[in-house]
Amino acid sequence: MKERFFEVASDADEKQEQQFDTWLSGKGIPFVNTDAEEAYKDRVMLIKDAIQLKKQPSRIAICPSAGHFPVQYGGISMYDAMYDYDALSQAWKKYCDDFTPDAYNAPTTVVPGSVLDILVFKLCRWPGHGVSEKNGYQYVEKAYMKADEYQDLIDDPTGFFMNTYFPRIFGALKPLQKMPLLPPVNEIPCIPPALFPFGDKEIQAAFSNLAKAGQETVRWRDALRRLNGSIMGMGYPAFSGGFTKAPFDVIGDTLRGTREVMMDMYRHPDELLEACERITPFMIKSGVASCKAAGHIMPFIPLHKGADGFMSDEQFQTFYWPTLRKVIIGLINEGIVPQLLAEGGYNQRLDVISDIPKGKVVWWFDLTDMARAKKTVGRVACIAGNVPLSLLCTATPEDVKAYCKDLIDVAGKDGGFIFSTGAGMQGAKPENVKVMIEFSKDYGIYQ
Amino acid sequence: MPDDLVDAMVKMREAEAMELAQKMLDAGEDPLQVLERCREALEIVGKQFEAGKYFLPELILSGEMLKRISKIAKPYMRKESDKKTEAKGTVIIGSVKGDIHDIGKDIVVFLLDINGFEVHDLGVDVPAEKFVEAISQIQPAVVGMSALLTTALESMKNTIDAIKNAGLRDRVKIMVGGGAVDEKVRKYADADAYGPDAVAAVNLSKQWVEEKSY
Repeated sequence: MKERFFEVASDADEKQEQQFDTWLSGKGIPFVNTDAEEAYKDRVMLIKDAIQLKKQPSRIAICPSAGHFPVQYGGISMYDAMYDYDALSQAWKKYCDDFTPDAYNAPTTVVPGSVLDILVFKLCRWPGHGVSEKNGYQYVEKAYMKADEYQDLIDDPTGFFMNTYFPRIFGALKPLQKMPLLPPVNEIPCIPPALFPFGDKEIQAAFSNLAKAGQETVRWRDALRRLNGSIMGMGYPAFSGGFTKAPFDVIGDTLRGTREVMMDMYRHPDELLEACERITPFMIKSGVASCKAAGHIMPFIPLHKGADGFMSDEQFQTFYWPTLRKVIIGLINEGIVPQLLAEGGYNQRLDVISDIPKGKVVWWFDLTDMARAKKTVGRVACIAGNVPLSLLCTATPEDVKAYCKDLIDVAGKDGGFIFSTGAGMQGAKPENVKVMIEFSKDYGIYQ
Repeated sequence: MPDDLVDAMVKMREAEAMELAQKMLDAGEDPLQVLERCREALEIVGKQFEAGKYFLPELILSGEMLKRISKIAKPYMRKESDKKTEAKGTVIIGSVKGDIHDIGKDIVVFLLDINGFEVHDLGVDVPAEKFVEAISQIQPAVVGMSALLTTALESMKNTIDAIKNAGLRDRVKIMVGGGAVDEKVRKYADADAYGPDAVAAVNLSKQWVEEKSY
């Protein structure tokens, strides 16, 4: 088989420039006036310069991760945010208007609750469904894929998701376990047997629920589009658009679960590695496609199981990094800039993750030592981060200011830095968010 | 052969460990001795974890091996040989209300357990009342609270407030930990100590139980 996603393609630079041009153009954004359009372009340039490491930006872009902070700040519950798209939009707009971060996060993680209701989603508990109305949704970890199903996943990832995984995580899609496997439908006698399932009442009901859920999702998307237009129209780009994950996390987070995937490194190492390889092209393609749909250059890639303390360096280099690196290279080759959020600490990983082409990704850190990150990863990539959530939730504005000053001094030196938080800001004190953004915008100007 | 079992478990050779344990039991070895070997192995695994040489895979897999061996040893156990060893001290622990994450908490439970503590795991999404009730009934020396989500920090504070209001605060030492927690949070919630990892939780518990016994 042909080895792919090892080397940077010769036209990767050109493709990245094209992607930046599209993002920078702001095409389709309803700008309120030319000043807003100018401001939008200036802000995109701050981010572009920080990423490419070719020149120092005029100042540091201030791009905290909103998380679900705007919901709480807007005085609505998480239930309201997930079920009432106008309430969600108003809360989000208020956050952007009041705090004016250089780039905002669209509320794509505040998913429509009624869609989860229609599909009887089982992978999470959400407000009003297992957690209180004011709380956010939380994952229910379980082995949704059994150990002896690795081979099924490897043989046919699409079929496995459709016929086995979806019926388990969506109650309303249970009938899909009767769906035919599609590749054998290649000659005329194969057509009728492939169609029998579609005549089945239960399968028809599942598709009708999918249609209902689809309609509702379109309503949500339209509300978000109006919201995004109104924020971008004032001159603020989105910090990310699109989404993908490290292959190991795909297997570990929501297929096998943490406990099982950790043991699989000993019990089923070959299958685990092969499964990670097998879904790598899917993760690249979905990263590219979701970026394209969002009109953005940076897919958000939250990293979970590779953090310090989860696994040894050897395990990281064997099981986690090789396929994540392939996803990174695959995205770069399409001109996309992977935005990798290393949740937890990555102090042990800094040298290994520096093995990437220069000026092509954003490494965003949470609890990692930013001075060390700057000296290692910072030589080849834009680094971002890392105001701690505990600080924003519990400290005084003076403490926040002191942290931001240190952070900018250490990580912001000579460019290549985007100012952000270590994680989504839910639970933060508004006065701390305010001082963080205002102080850093001013202090982050390069002389 | 007993040392082979320890070695197989410590080196994560699961199939071999299971086979050895079964052979020992079949040969008439005291099942408690077999489990004692497992405990030894887990202690070594715990030490390797503390030393930063072993991580979650080894911790979880060795716990799983112990579970499997306990299960096959059970039919061999005679009632009278089922004597309990004295626990080092009692700890109750749980993820606070609003947080359903358990892995960090479970690792603390695991390490406390192999270090000889009697651990009462209250589970996840534990309301303040349940902590209060467990403290008055079980009378532990140490209470552990975990939170991964920043939104659960308020509930950590509320739980400690509830313990105060019930007049139980002076009777226990409270340690807090989890992804969202640090020293600032400890201060905010008014716990006695923050532990950055499971090893810290064991050390804190040891220290507090020793202090209490004087």
